[in-house]
Amino acid sequence: MLGLSALDLARIQFGFTVSFHIIFPAITIGLASYLAVLEGLWLWTKDRAYRDLYRFWSQIFAVNFAMGVVSGLVMAYQFGTNWSYFSAFAGGVTGPLLAYEVLTAFFLEAGFLGVALFGWNRVGPGLHFFATLMVALGTLVSATWILASNSWMQTPQGFEIIDGRVVPVDWLKVIFNPSFPYRLAHMTVAAYLATALLVGASGAWHLLRGENTARVRKMFSMAMWMVLIVAPIQIEIGDQHGLNTLQYQPAKIAAIEGHWRNEPGAKGFPLILFGWPNMAKQETEYKLEVPHLGSLILTHEWDGQIRGLSEFPAADRPDSTVVFWTFRIMVGLGMLMLLLGLWSLWQRFRGDLYDSRLFLRFAVVMGPSGTLAILAGWLTTEIGRQPWVVYGVMRTSEGVSNHSALALSLTLGVFIVMYFIVFGTGLYYMLKLIAVGPQDLGPDRPTPDIDLSGNTPLHERPSRPLSAAPDISI
Amino acid sequence: MGIDLPIIWAVIIAFGLMMYVVMDGFDLGIGILFPFVKDDRDRDCMMNTVAPVWDGNETWLVLGGAGLLAAFPIVYSFVLSALYLPLVLMLAGLIWRGVAFEFRFKADPDHKWFWTHAFAWGSYTATFFQGVALGSLINGFKVEGPSYTGGAFDWITPFSLFTGVGLTVAYALLGSTWLIMKTEGDLQRRMIELARPITLTLLAVIAIVSIWTPFAHPAVFKRWFTLPDLFFFAPVPVLVLAAAFGILHFLKRDTHSAPFVLALLLLFLGYSGLGISLWPNIIPPDLSIRAAAGPPQSLGFALVGALFIVPIILTYTAWSYYVFRGKVKVGDGYH
Repeated sequence: MLGLSALDLARIQFGFTVSFHIIFPAITIGLASYLAVLEGLWLWTKDRAYRDLYRFWSQIFAVNFAMGVVSGLVMAYQFGTNWSYFSAFAGGVTGPLLAYEVLTAFFLEAGFLGVALFGWNRVGPGLHFFATLMVALGTLVSATWILASNSWMQTPQGFEIIDGRVVPVDWLKVIFNPSFPYRLAHMTVAAYLATALLVGASGAWHLLRGENTARVRKMFSMAMWMVLIVAPIQIEIGDQHGLNTLQYQPAKIAAIEGHWRNEPGAKGFPLILFGWPNMAKQETEYKLEVPHLGSLILTHEWDGQIRGLSEFPAADRPDSTVVFWTFRIMVGLGMLMLLLGLWSLWQRFRGDLYDSRLFLRFAVVMGPSGTLAILAGWLTTEIGRQPWVVYGVMRTSEGVSNHSALALSLTLGVFIVMYFIVFGTGLYYMLKLIAVGPQDLGPDRPTPDIDLSGNTPLHERPSRPLSAAPDISI
Repeated sequence: MGIDLPIIWAVIIAFGLMMYVVMDGFDLGIGILFPFVKDDRDRDCMMNTVAPVWDGNETWLVLGGAGLLAAFPIVYSFVLSALYLPLVLMLAGLIWRGVAFEFRFKADPDHKWFWTHAFAWGSYTATFFQGVALGSLINGFKVEGPSYTGGAFDWITPFSLFTGVGLTVAYALLGSTWLIMKTEGDLQRRMIELARPITLTLLAVIAIVSIWTPFAHPAVFKRWFTLPDLFFFAPVPVLVLAAAFGILHFLKRDTHSAPFVLALLLLFLGYSGLGISLWPNIIPPDLSIRAAAGPPQSLGFALVGALFIVPIILTYTAWSYYVFRGKVKVGDGYH
């Protein structure tokens, strides 16, 4: 298909399915913590707006969670179907970590999610808050396991190779491998930021439509505080993550920077803002650069040097053209997030947070930016660690199953058509739910027995995530 | 050390897969029966009977996959790559019907037909390819290294296609008897009508598979027809016949749960027959459980979590079946 090899097709298939998948868990992580904060504030201040917001966002959380479960089903099998040599080789490490991720997710779904979504009238406020906290904690623990597995593949340690297979000898070293803390922090904060941008955009959209209620103002204000505080933190974590990558995966950094070779003599290297890395010529063309800035950022010295991509054997070089740009998309979006946060502070300072249409429009446009930045960041780190599937230990080309290009094209076609219909409908449904907006659920009862759409009484509904969502038509 | 980790894990995974087959079996059966029930309100009711539990049923499949990777990475790698196309099609079917299940309830009347068809087609696809995968596994693979090296379409054999059809019939029986237990009135009568020919067909399928399997697979033949094993297996066909006639018998009476329980027994017998035929191999004809196991450090580490969490999942499952016990009426709105 289009001259792509079976390996290319297998990588595209994995990239496609995991890109769809990652969106949902990221928003799940962010919304779960947001719900915990909302409920805590509701219990503390008794301000009904917090409770109404909880009820509103918990519906979107439910749909999002269900999408994550469905798209995750494919992931649990794809390691075996498409990457059988890799799984047979490294399954001793990645298998138990994946099993723990799955067990944590089910534990969460089995127990506390049901209480959090359906238990408003069945358990007391303290127990309900505890359930919400456990859901939030569960999403973080689940992410920890899967990021431990991914980080181990990037910076493997704590294992021996016996009879051609990875044998874990020290689980603590396996889990707490060098890139793990940075990746965990970067991804968790990214999930929070992406969620804050989504919530903020929803608030701004309702404000623009003239729904200037206390609930809408509250969610918009909370989201803007979150963006203001978290965006700079994320930039700092990202910087630290980059320095860690420079230490353990220098080729990835060279590719990201489009940096091919150092000047003769102990001179610093520039930061290339834009350009087009040409893999064949080993040269970044049409470049716009700032002298010495690369040295300053990566070595914190005026004349510091890093290894250029040409210093690595040709077979060990990741695709600089791609990661140069995916990285810049991520960073560019991050800068826009920083701008949004600062602008919100300025508007707040002027007492004009909820009325400036230009600012509100900007907040709406920034809604998907967190999710896009997550995708761009993952593309950077995953393509940047090529050609290795287990860094320095196993090449991606050695891990792939022996499928024909025909078989892979067939299944890729099935996945693409199905994912766009299925998850397209899911996203559309979530947007429709957001468009309904948070409602005033009245003063006395914590929740009405009849839910927003007026269908079945809640106590007769099953505790499946999607049944927490109202039956608006799709 | 005293604990036999590979065997423990083989039992956990076999248990998980059995839970999956039994529990997802009847809700896939609901979709399989859709073409035989025309009334939209009856179809709503059929879906409502499994609405509270179906998603929990599928969790066992994910658990089985992750457990297999953790404990038997070679088997996971080999079987999944060998059965690439049928498994991808099975997963596609499962996703399709799962999402159709949810969206059908949310859909406006103009779009409902689309999700109705998606649900039925997804159920057929998932079940048929699950059966095909099972048949291919019984056929066995020549294991040379951790990945499958045969052709992409080797799984298409008369035997595997037949097991695909066979499993569809089996799940249809589970679905129809489940509905006999969970519904009443016209819908229940329709299911009683359908259950009779389905039972007879399934009996014929079992008979054919039971003859075909040993004669096409010498290792299974040896296992079945060698003394003293023969004595241990002899009760299996007797029990199968007894269960099938039990179902036919109770369909004539006014009994509601008996056919379902006996259908479960039938499935369980088939499943244990498969286990007996494979033991002690995990991939026929010659990869044993012990040889396929991952390193003990991996099995031990993962076992801690499994022993802690699997009982909790079981308890929760039992609880949710208890909460949603009893009949579901046509027109009942919960979903």
